[in-house]
Amino acid sequence: MNGPLLKVENLTKHYPLGTGFLKKTIPVIRAVEDVSFSVEAGETLCIVGESGCGKSTVARLLMRLVEPTGGRVLIDGTDIAGLKKDALHAWRRRMQMVFQDPYSSLNPRLTAGQIITEPVENFERLSRRQRQALAADLLRKVGMSPEMMHRLPSELSGGQRQRLGIARALALNPSLIIADEAVSALDVSVQAQILNLLLDLQQQMGIAFVFISHDLSVVEHIGHRVAVMYLGRIVELATCEALFARPVHPYTEALIAAAPVPDPTRVRLVAPVEGEVPSPINPPRGCAFHPRCPLAVDRCRIEVPPLVPMADGRVVACHVRAPATDIPSQPAEVGDHSLAHVLSLMIRS
Amino acid sequence: MLMQKSAGNDVLLDVRDLETHFVGDESTTRALGGISFQVKKGETLGVVGESGCGKSVTALSILRLLPKMNARTVGGEVRFHGRDLLELSDREMRQIRGDQIAMIFQEPMTSLNPVYTVGRQIAEAVQIHTKASRSVAMAKAQEMLRLVRIADPERRVNNYPHEMSGGMRQRAMIAMALACSPELLIADEPTTALDVTIQAQILRLIADLKERTGTAVMFITHDLGVVAETCQRVIVMYAGSIVEQANVIDLFARPAHPYTQGLMRSVPDQRRGRQRRLPEIPGIVPSLREPIVGCSFAPRCPFAIDICREKTPILRDVGSSHAAACWRAEEVMGA
Ligand SMILES: Nc1ncnc2c1ncn2[C@@H]1O[C@H](COP(=O)(O)OP(=O)(O)OP(=O)(O)O)[C@@H](O)[C@H]1O
Ligand SMILES: Nc1ncnc2c1ncn2[C@@H]1O[C@H](COP(=O)(O)OP(=O)(O)O)[C@@H](O)[C@H]1O
Ligand code: SF4
Ligand code: SF4
Ligand SMILES: [Mg+2]
Ligand SMILES: [Mg+2]
Repeated sequence: MNGPLLKVENLTKHYPLGTGFLKKTIPVIRAVEDVSFSVEAGETLCIVGESGCGKSTVARLLMRLVEPTGGRVLIDGTDIAGLKKDALHAWRRRMQMVFQDPYSSLNPRLTAGQIITEPVENFERLSRRQRQALAADLLRKVGMSPEMMHRLPSELSGGQRQRLGIARALALNPSLIIADEAVSALDVSVQAQILNLLLDLQQQMGIAFVFISHDLSVVEHIGHRVAVMYLGRIVELATCEALFARPVHPYTEALIAAAPVPDPTRVRLVAPVEGEVPSPINPPRGCAFHPRCPLAVDRCRIEVPPLVPMADGRVVACHVRAPATDIPSQPAEVGDHSLAHVLSLMIRS
Repeated sequence: MLMQKSAGNDVLLDVRDLETHFVGDESTTRALGGISFQVKKGETLGVVGESGCGKSVTALSILRLLPKMNARTVGGEVRFHGRDLLELSDREMRQIRGDQIAMIFQEPMTSLNPVYTVGRQIAEAVQIHTKASRSVAMAKAQEMLRLVRIADPERRVNNYPHEMSGGMRQRAMIAMALACSPELLIADEPTTALDVTIQAQILRLIADLKERTGTAVMFITHDLGVVAETCQRVIVMYAGSIVEQANVIDLFARPAHPYTQGLMRSVPDQRRGRQRRLPEIPGIVPSLREPIVGCSFAPRCPFAIDICREKTPILRDVGSSHAAACWRAEEVMGA
């Protein structure tokens, strides 16, 4: 196959805030703004960012659970917006979703077996025997015993419920699974079990993931590439190795610096980034990060920085760290402006 | 020995054999199976463990804030300044709560009242425990908001809780808790609901305030990263019991209980390689409704031997200020 499995171009979603008196002046929530990325077959693309930055909205747009204000979603090169009923069904089979909350996303009145075979039964009639065989197969795939098919969700642990959510997503043999905070509600020991399951499934079945999370250690562990979002926009997109080894965008740097590390001998060098994420109803002009950014210059308060490709293949939206020129910037230049350096100057003065 | 000796001078809170049950129509949940630990003056003691292990019940039992309907603290002592808090009248207990011992919760709205301004609530906390006049208390409230680094405190004292962001509400709750300079602050997952950059700010704030006031902190969290960053000593809980207790450096360097070890290994850590399968703790936590025979971790434990399934291991010393409840702790430390 050539071309990416999933391609997202300039995806934008504005939610109207109530109904304005004059149509032109309806305020909007800029949930997602001009987001573009692609996902290759068998790849895990992670999306990270703080609460409200638009991660789940991207997921809903990908699943066509909400209509975009602008931009396109292409599966194997086909724009899903143009699809008619049958074709829509066909691609829905290829893309499935796993949700954060294993409690509320499962119908409490259905048995485990019914829950996980339901997606298939939306497409074809199954005999009792077929259904049981399918349920047993799916349960085994997610590391559960087939006897569990008769249990209700309330009779299962949190980890088992999340396995059910994954089994249901697997029922239609998708090429892509969108996992929105799929391990965030789980304890670390259960989280490890689920992350292992996702890694196994990818290896055995070549499934691609869009893995949405606010937890950097999980993202670093499971991802191939990662997109960092801030207030509706992607501010940096890079391979996991590159991003965590050397973050370029000041927000990426702040995020990584803020994540607690389970090592009591480590000394935290930089002070945490100040301030809070501003409202997406009235985002700051220019670069949305400028009110919190120690590197901000005048230009940041006026112009939205474009995503600029760097020599190592990543893209970064920052006037200072990734100035727009014809020649790709070298991330090596970052050293001079590093947040730690700047903060140490600020602390000393 | 950490456990049974009488409290020394540096001990602020001395919890002994604390046992709390929840009684239901059909069964009893043994949420705390008789735990003992101490909080020393000025220290930050971490309490870690996965959901349901009894962290919050420990905090609520100490403060006697459990629902009266179904919760029973059936045994033990909570010694604070020579008095057993479990023996105090409700009135005496109210006097201690918020004055000498304060608590902050994961969800700030459990302690902030939505119908009063934040300033008024902090001022009231001040007035309950000092004889300050209304205007002095309001001035103090404003000062507290500044102390927890809420920008523009002159304006923010007049805010209602819903007019603040989650991070600001958490700061306001900390301001309220610290308004009476408590000797002990019990913080139950105070940053779990917050974004990571805001969490970093709040952790820094708690550390700064602690340094300034000398308040001891009992810091409850499920996050080993947060523990590593904030605590000096740590208690690890599993199924309603303390399974390990150590200073934070020793705990991370040489965990002595298989559960602690398993927990640490299941955290993704790039020093051990990306996209590798993580070491799992197989199985699930036991139900606290049925009595547990032997070690509660035995069904999931890679070290389990016959004795583990028959006799309950008690917390015992395995190093200087390092204790574990495991028959094979020495071997675990070497593994
Ligand atoms: N149906 C909706 N109507 C109006 N606004 C919405 C709607 N859904 C989301 N929003 C807003 O869009 C923004 C992005 O929300 P989204 O749920 O995508 O965030 P998120 O990154 O998933 O956050 P979290 O980490 O908290 O899950 C937020 O400001 C949110 O309040
Ligand atoms: N109000 C309550 N009624 C009944 N059972 C409770 C109540 N609060 C806690 N429990 C039970 O007590 C045990 C310990 O809970 P808790 O201390 O809240 O755990 P955590 O360590 O996650 O804070 C769990 O089995 C929980 O279900
Ligand atoms: S564009 Fe300016 S404000 Fe935005 S991240 Fe870069 S330096 Fe900071
Ligand atoms: S006592 Fe036995 S079962 Fe319990 S943790 Fe130790 S080795 Fe494992
Ligand atoms: Mg979300
Ligand atoms: Mg709790």
